[in-house]
Amino acid sequence: METRYNFKEVMNKPERLAPGHRMCAGCGGTIAVRTVLRALHEGDKAVIGNATGCLEVSSFMYHYTAYEDSYIHNAFENAGATLSGVETAYKALKKRGKIQDNYKFITFGGDGGTYDIGFQSLSGAMERGHDMVYVCYDNGAYMNTGTQRSSATPQFADTTTTPAGSASNGKIQIRKDLAAIMAEHHIPYVAQSTFIGNFKDLYTKAEKAIYTPGPAYLNIMSPCPRGWGYDSSELMTICKLAVETCYWPMFEVVDGKWILSYAPKNKLPIEEFLRPQRRFRHLFKKGNEDLIAAFQAEVDKRWEELCNRCE
Amino acid sequence: MAIRERLSGNEAVAYAIKQINPDVMPAFPITPSTEIPQYVANYIANGELDTEFIPVESEHSAMSATLGASAAGARALTATSSCGMALMWEELYVAASDRLPIALALVNRALTGPININADHSDSMGARDSGWIQIYAESNQEVYDNFLQAYPIAENKDVMLPIMICQDGFITSHGVENILLVEDELVKDFVGEYEPEHYLLHPTEKMAVGPYAVSNYYMETKRAQREAMLQAKRVILEVAEKFEKMTGRKYGFFEEYRMEDAEYAIVIIGSAAGTCKAAIDEIRNTTGKKVGLLKIRVFRPFPEEEIAKALSHVKAVAIMDRSEMFAGTGGPLGAEVRAALYQAKAQAEVVNYFYGLGGRDITVKDFMQVYDNLEKIATTHEVSGMYEYIGLRER
Repeated sequence: METRYNFKEVMNKPERLAPGHRMCAGCGGTIAVRTVLRALHEGDKAVIGNATGCLEVSSFMYHYTAYEDSYIHNAFENAGATLSGVETAYKALKKRGKIQDNYKFITFGGDGGTYDIGFQSLSGAMERGHDMVYVCYDNGAYMNTGTQRSSATPQFADTTTTPAGSASNGKIQIRKDLAAIMAEHHIPYVAQSTFIGNFKDLYTKAEKAIYTPGPAYLNIMSPCPRGWGYDSSELMTICKLAVETCYWPMFEVVDGKWILSYAPKNKLPIEEFLRPQRRFRHLFKKGNEDLIAAFQAEVDKRWEELCNRCE
Repeated sequence: MAIRERLSGNEAVAYAIKQINPDVMPAFPITPSTEIPQYVANYIANGELDTEFIPVESEHSAMSATLGASAAGARALTATSSCGMALMWEELYVAASDRLPIALALVNRALTGPININADHSDSMGARDSGWIQIYAESNQEVYDNFLQAYPIAENKDVMLPIMICQDGFITSHGVENILLVEDELVKDFVGEYEPEHYLLHPTEKMAVGPYAVSNYYMETKRAQREAMLQAKRVILEVAEKFEKMTGRKYGFFEEYRMEDAEYAIVIIGSAAGTCKAAIDEIRNTTGKKVGLLKIRVFRPFPEEEIAKALSHVKAVAIMDRSEMFAGTGGPLGAEVRAALYQAKAQAEVVNYFYGLGGRDITVKDFMQVYDNLEKIATTHEVSGMYEYIGLRER
């Protein structure tokens, strides 16, 4: 599906996440939601799902909802299963002539609700083939409860459950590659993106995910200024550095075919991405050079693997 | 004319599901309820039913998807037992607070620790505070009849609460009994179409489900759930009356068996009531002693005043619990019936028994001993403790 992209036109579409919600200034999660929902065609109806997390407690606080569409939050670990029930109800009611309208089904979860506690529910929903999009706004930790590590947290990050200290260099483990795991479900569409330039990459992928029949998974790096420790105004710079260092590659997997969306001309050293963030501050202490080298080696290894898959 | 059949309890529930033809059924296998989704899947495979079946990957997802389907506007249900229900725990509370009239076919089985697949009530008794209506059955006929009444109760606009229809694992779920089935057309009329007021897929109105409610609002949602439970008491009786008109079979909050003149009474839930009735007939026929039974059908909402009234004239009561609550006192039924009697200033002596945990058999002889004990207690006014065991091994 090739779509023409006009930033001005896209930005002038009516917002489907209304202002007035309680998300932090500069929150990447909110931008992910607004961008994905903007990719819905005007006039198309949708039901939005949501795992418990920052987004839910800040966008649907009784008795105000920020969503212009029907919306359901159930619990932390079951956004996949919940929306699969909604989607199946749609099929059943449509089959029985009880509803006439067409609907799209999109659910959002943070990395805690997606990579960790909601992993089984997500995997089940994708495997069963429900016509829905699961969107992970990945900010690399449990931000709603105060920056605890998740399996999406990068190695060495200082979080409140993997604090850096005199006997600790932050998180020990490397991060889980959930987009690849979702691709291994052999679903029609998987993509990874973030906020770059005029948002064409994310918008286009969201549109494909929504309008590809069957299950789709979108992995969106959504920086958290509070958890990562950078100034909120630096969001776009952080995203750009993540992509230019190949820490966060942008790609899609269409019917099993891996496609690289962007390859930096000059791959930047990982320090460029790590240095502006408080959570990696301890890596720049004298004597910790090997940690940065280890981080770089992991990024290089994964980039190479990805490039091989995309050939 | 009613249809005469021989069915197991699981098959009877599956048959009721076929007759109701709900919109969506997510389910996950667990002994002894597995047969219910199996029968349903077979009906669908053979073109006898067009319910959308979701073979989910866990019971947590079963209830999550049922909840999503119900919120979307579908008539939805699932079936489970024991640990399956324990895995749904969180979702039970969400379903009740979202006021979704979901039906759950629960086949009671002991909770694991150690693992055991047989009947006791630890699964549903543990969920007694979750906000679900709970209706129990003695026989296959009752579980079938109760299931037909589930949606008319749950979907009543004054109720809008989830409902679990419980039966004893293996004893009724796998035991085959004669049963009278209601004709399809009558079931269709009795259960009716589900027409929710508010739902996610409403053509002209949008809806948001499952908010974050701070302390300013949370308490009122709990009060509203309580009000719905109180309304459910009225609706359960109205639906039972309508059911009686259709079938001639009478249901209430509980069944009183030979209680008119009873001096010694047993209070029990589920299939063991049948064994107790046999003991009562035997005792009355051989000794003339006035023994009776109060078999609880509706445990949530709890018919406190009605139970106390039904027991007001007896000298001694044995309350029989098929699940522990580890308070060191008695079981959940014991605690609630005792409270009801205390509140009503009843004079009866009370003893609480544990029986049948993990499927341990209870016999006519066991019940006869309980009645003997009640007679002793009524004479001596000495109750040895808060509880006793039946059928506990010495070593």
